Order: sequence, then C-alpha cells, then structure tokens
Amino acid sequence: MAGAASPPESAAEGSVLEVSGLSLDFGSPRGRIHALRNVSLSVPRGRIVGVVGESGCGKSSLAYAIMGLLAANGEVTDGRLLFEGRDLLKLDQRELRAIRGQRLSMVFQDPMTALNPVRRIGELMTDIQYRSGRSPAEMRRRATEMLERVGIPDAESRLAAYPHHFSGGMRQRICIAMALLVEPALLIADEPTTALDATLEVQIVHLLKNLQRELGCSVLFVSHHLGTVAELCDDVVVMYAGEVVESGPVREIFHRPSHPYTQALFACDPGRIKQATRNLPTIPGELPDLVEPPSGCIFKDRCPERFEPCDRLKPPAYAAGEGHRAACHLLSPCRPLGSGPAGEGAR
Amino acid sequence: MWIYFGRRLILAILVVVIAVTLLNAMLHLVPGDPAVMILGPRATPELIEAFRVRMGLDQPFHVQMATFFWRLLQGDMGTDVFTGRSVAAIVLEQLPFTLTLIAVSILWAAALGIPLGCFSAIRRNSLLDKVTGLLSVSVISIPAFVMALYALLIFAVELKWLPAIGAGEGFLDSLEHLILPAFTVGVSWVGYMARIVRASMLEVLGETHVRMARAFGLTERRIVFGYALPIAILPTVTLLGVGVAYLVSAAVFAEVIFARPGVGALIVEAVDSRNYPIVLGCVLVTTALFVLATLVSDLVNALLDPRARESL
Ligand SMILES: Nc1ncnc2c1ncn2[C@@H]1O[C@H](COP(=O)(O)OP(=O)(O)O)[C@@H](O)[C@H]1O
Ligand code: SF4
Ligand SMILES: [Mg+2]
Repeated sequence: MAGAASPPESAAEGSVLEVSGLSLDFGSPRGRIHALRNVSLSVPRGRIVGVVGESGCGKSSLAYAIMGLLAANGEVTDGRLLFEGRDLLKLDQRELRAIRGQRLSMVFQDPMTALNPVRRIGELMTDIQYRSGRSPAEMRRRATEMLERVGIPDAESRLAAYPHHFSGGMRQRICIAMALLVEPALLIADEPTTALDATLEVQIVHLLKNLQRELGCSVLFVSHHLGTVAELCDDVVVMYAGEVVESGPVREIFHRPSHPYTQALFACDPGRIKQATRNLPTIPGELPDLVEPPSGCIFKDRCPERFEPCDRLKPPAYAAGEGHRAACHLLSPCRPLGSGPAGEGAR
Repeated sequence: MWIYFGRRLILAILVVVIAVTLLNAMLHLVPGDPAVMILGPRATPELIEAFRVRMGLDQPFHVQMATFFWRLLQGDMGTDVFTGRSVAAIVLEQLPFTLTLIAVSILWAAALGIPLGCFSAIRRNSLLDKVTGLLSVSVISIPAFVMALYALLIFAVELKWLPAIGAGEGFLDSLEHLILPAFTVGVSWVGYMARIVRASMLEVLGETHVRMARAFGLTERRIVFGYALPIAILPTVTLLGVGVAYLVSAAVFAEVIFARPGVGALIVEAVDSRNYPIVLGCVLVTTALFVLATLVSDLVNALLDPRARESL
C-alpha cells in the first residue's frame, strides 16, 4: 500500500532514512547548546527503530531535524539526512513540504495540543489529503476507514466532532490515523505514549505495531521507556546527551547491553518489558552541560566503570555483536584485561 | 444556551441600572440647578420651586431614579426640559450619526490593524513589523482629542482637503465629512489591534497543532489563515466588545471637535445645561450599546471557537 509511487532507491541497502554525522545547535543566551553531536543511525525499510534516552538527550531535536521543523533558534551544523536517497538538508522549503505529509509524517508527544481546536476531525483529515487529487467524498471515506482502523467507534459521525470531544488516548489514535492516512514511507513518533496512562500506552503500542505491519511503512519510534521499545521495535538506538552511545537489534541490546549508560537504564527499569512504569528512569547524576560538552567520554561523570582513557579520548563506536555497536572504551579490542579501576568516577 | 442568554440579560439589566444611577448621581454632585439655568437668574423662588416639582427634582435621589426606571419599563424615557419633546425621539435622532461614526471607525481600524498584526507576526522583525510596532505605540499614546485637533488643523484648516465641521448631506458629502472623525477615532485602534493580533498570532504559531500542520506539509497560507488566525483573533474580538465603551468616549470628543451631530454632542450639551432627562437618555443608550457590543463579541467568539460555543 505504501510506496505506490516508487521513490528513488536509497544508496544504502534498503534504508528509508540514513542519518549520518548529524550535529545541531540551539542558540541561547548562555551560548550555543550543542544538542546533537555526530549522530548517525539508519532506518531500514519496513522496520521499526527505537530511539531511547533520558529526557533532554536530544530525541525530539533529532525528530524535528528530520522533519525540518526545528525551532527558530535551532541550526543543523553538520551531517546528512538521507531520506529515500535525497539529502533533506539540501532541499528548500517547497521541496521539503512536498515530502512532509506525503512520504514522511509524524505523531507528536502530547495529543492534547497536537490537534487544531477549531477544526473538526473530518476537516483536519481531509486538509492533509489536499495533494491527493481525491474527491472530498473519497477523502472523507478514507478518513472514516482509517479512524475505524485505529479503533474510533462510530467513526463516520465522529468526523463532525472537534478534538476536545475526545479523550487523550482517542486523540492520539486520531493523530496516528492522520499520520498513517498519508501512507508515509517513514513515520516518526515522538514519545506518542508518554502523555498517556499505562494501559493506554500498551494499546497504542499494539495499534502502532499492527498498523505498521499492515501498511509496511518504517517507523522511527522515540521513547524514554525501554519496555515500550522492547515490545515494539526491531532495532534500538540509545542516545545520551546528544550522542548515540549504543545501537543494534533489539534482542542484542536487551540481552547484552554493552554501554554502561544502557546498563544503567536497565537497572533503573527493573520491570523491563512487561511492567509499564510511569516513572522516568533515574540514574544518579545529571546530564552534562551541552554548551560546553566535556572532552573524552560524554558519560564519564556518571559512569560507574570510568577508567583511565575515558577522560582523554572520545570512545569510537566499537563492535559489540552482530550489528551491535557501543561507544565505550571498555569494548576496545586492545584494552588489557582488568585495567579499569571500576567505580572511580562513579558516585 | 438559554441559560446563557438569561444570565446575559440579567447582567445587562444590572449594568444599565448601575451605570445610569452612578452617572446620574455624579451629575447631581455637579453644582448648578437646571431650574435656575432654564428660568434665568431673575426667576422668582416660587417659579423655580414649581419647575423643580414638575421635573421631580424636589424628590430624593433614589425616588427620582426609581421613577425613571419605572417609566422606562413602560417605554417612556422622559421629556426634554426645554422643548418638551420626548427624550427617546431626540436621542434616537442623534444615534445613527454616532453609530455610523463608531462602526466606520472600527471597520477601517480592523481592516487595517488585523492584517498588519498578522503580517508583523509572520514576518517578525521585518521592516514592516518594526514600522508597525513603532507607529502603533506612538499612535496609541496620543489621546484621541489631541489627534482630532491636529487632524482638523492639518487636513481641514491648513490643507483644506476635507471639510472641517458638520455631518454633511447626501451620501458622498456625508462620507467626506466622516473621514476625519473616523480617522481620529479609529487610528489608535489600528495600533491596538495590530499589537494584539501580532502577539496572539505569535503565540498560536508556536503551538503544537501548528507544528503538526506543518508536519503534514500544509501551505503556510493555509496554516496562517485557516489554522492560526481563527484562534489568534479571539482576544481581539473580546477587546473590540469591551472597547466600544472607549470608542463612545472617543466619539464624544470627535463629535464636539468636528461639530458633528450625535449622541456625544448631545450629551455634552445636555450636561452643560443640566438637562437631566436628556443626559439620562444618552447614558442609557450608550450603556445599552456597550452591553450589546459585549454580547455580539461573545457571539462572534462562539462562532469562531467551538469550545466557547458549547459552553454557552
Ligand atoms: N528550542 C530550543 N532552544 C534551546 N534549547 C533547546 C531547544 N530545544 C531543545 N533544546 C535543548 O536541547 C537538548 C535536547 O532537547 P530535546 O531534543 O527536547 O530532548 P528530548 O526530546 O530527548 O527530551 C536539551 O538540552 C534542551 O534543553
Ligand atoms: S568510555 Fe569510560 S566513562 Fe565512557 S561509558 Fe565507557 S567506561 Fe564509562
Ligand atoms: Mg522530547
């Protein structure tokens, strides 16, 4: 269903999205906030990639950078955003707009504010099909169908309702329906369940998974919650303070978390897969100041395993398994066994 | 809905009663006896007393007010002290002039101020934004009567482009006579509206639903006019409803300075001669106007905003 108009094939083998070396800053009175530094990841066709990390580590900035919807004070300073073979950073606003809402769509974190309060659901859903060349009746029929698919009862008559007539969970279903209605090649979901309660979270995650299978699109799923990611995603990218610290297939990351930050996330999330906890994972210590990110390893101030090279050298991404990489000196192949005085920098 | 209108009606009646009573009380505090004024300084005390009884001025204040409202309920606004004509007829005769002035002033101010505010918000920090901001503040800080005097001096007296006084006769002539007064009454509102629309537009454009509309590739035009403006305009509509009270006072200045007929000119003259029935009639009409304006602005808000509509 998705990709009826065959897009130019990506150079990378079957990736819808290739982010490479992406860096971006926000201007602020204190100086430039280096919110993302050298971020690389790829979203293979038809897969769901999860991006996890604490609040403030740059997940939303990444999502907005891909959409071209960064805040006015945000600026991409380096890198490439290859989407279906085209670098989004080189497109002008008109070309970007042609991609947004056709090949690329997004679900926002807070469903209570994401829908325009003075437009009816039916209007919102036909508005976004304005380039489809369909008749108004056809657009409404598709909207109804998609609302039914996401589980809105009595969908046809609900087209006349306004967003405030729906609960938060229902609104997020509507947002998902809108995002999928345009048959995107890639759906970006920025913490779509964070504003909802735990049972709703499970429902929405299942809904997303089923619809993704049916429609065959790719999903970049942003979350600060490992359990949700485990349930939904094929691959995981772990971010910390604006950098990717670990990435790989979901079972690799969950069976062999290799970066101390990932391990700390797990330690703070004992319910892991089944129990959906509402609490943010809390790891002792704070995110480093992104105006002047520390040299060496970005996680060193909070790392229980910090050792000698961590202060001086930025760890490259070492292989940690099949398609699994982690940016930590502990994985260095030339590290002599037992050289790390564990716990030195830890609290 | 009906509860809403019921509540509005009660509120309206309260506002009218309180405003009219207060203003009438203030008028009585001003020294000067209408009987003396009308009958002249040489009238005999008996004559004056008889006149006072005829006007009800011998009664205590609260009885006077009660009588006024009681007659009002029966559709009688009183009679003019001097001519004996019905106050209703006199006020209604003048009302169209004031209504036209206010309506034209507000319309041109909105027609200019709202787009200016929109474009200042969209092209933030552009030359247009800066010039609009500067002019708005300057114009807002000039009192309406100063503006009226200068406009009169420059365009009517000095340049002789436009007529200075009167309301004119016939459509075109009336229109020509309306330009200067409507300009002075409306000009500070252009600034007000531009500022308020700009501020609320900027706020709305920063909301998530606008980002979402952009994420779906809607055109900027659609987003600004279809998604943001209906929300950004709401505070302006409310402001306009309340602002009619200020517009009436600006209209009073304009009518006096440009020697135009109207409720404003009438009220000034009536206060001057302590013509209580006329003053009461004018105050009643302008208060009713104010109540009506807030009602209309509520209804327009309800028309634009489904949430407000449903809470009616
Ligand atoms: N518009 C902005 N202006 C300044 N700083 C910002 C802005 N948006 C995000 N940031 C900063 O960038 C960092 C990453 O933020 P964000 O991408 O929202 O993280 P996350 O979504 O993972 O919680 C944070 O330090 C945040 O304070
Ligand atoms: S590089 Fe050093 S400080 Fe960084 S995570 Fe690895 S052990 Fe910890
Ligand atoms: Mg976020």
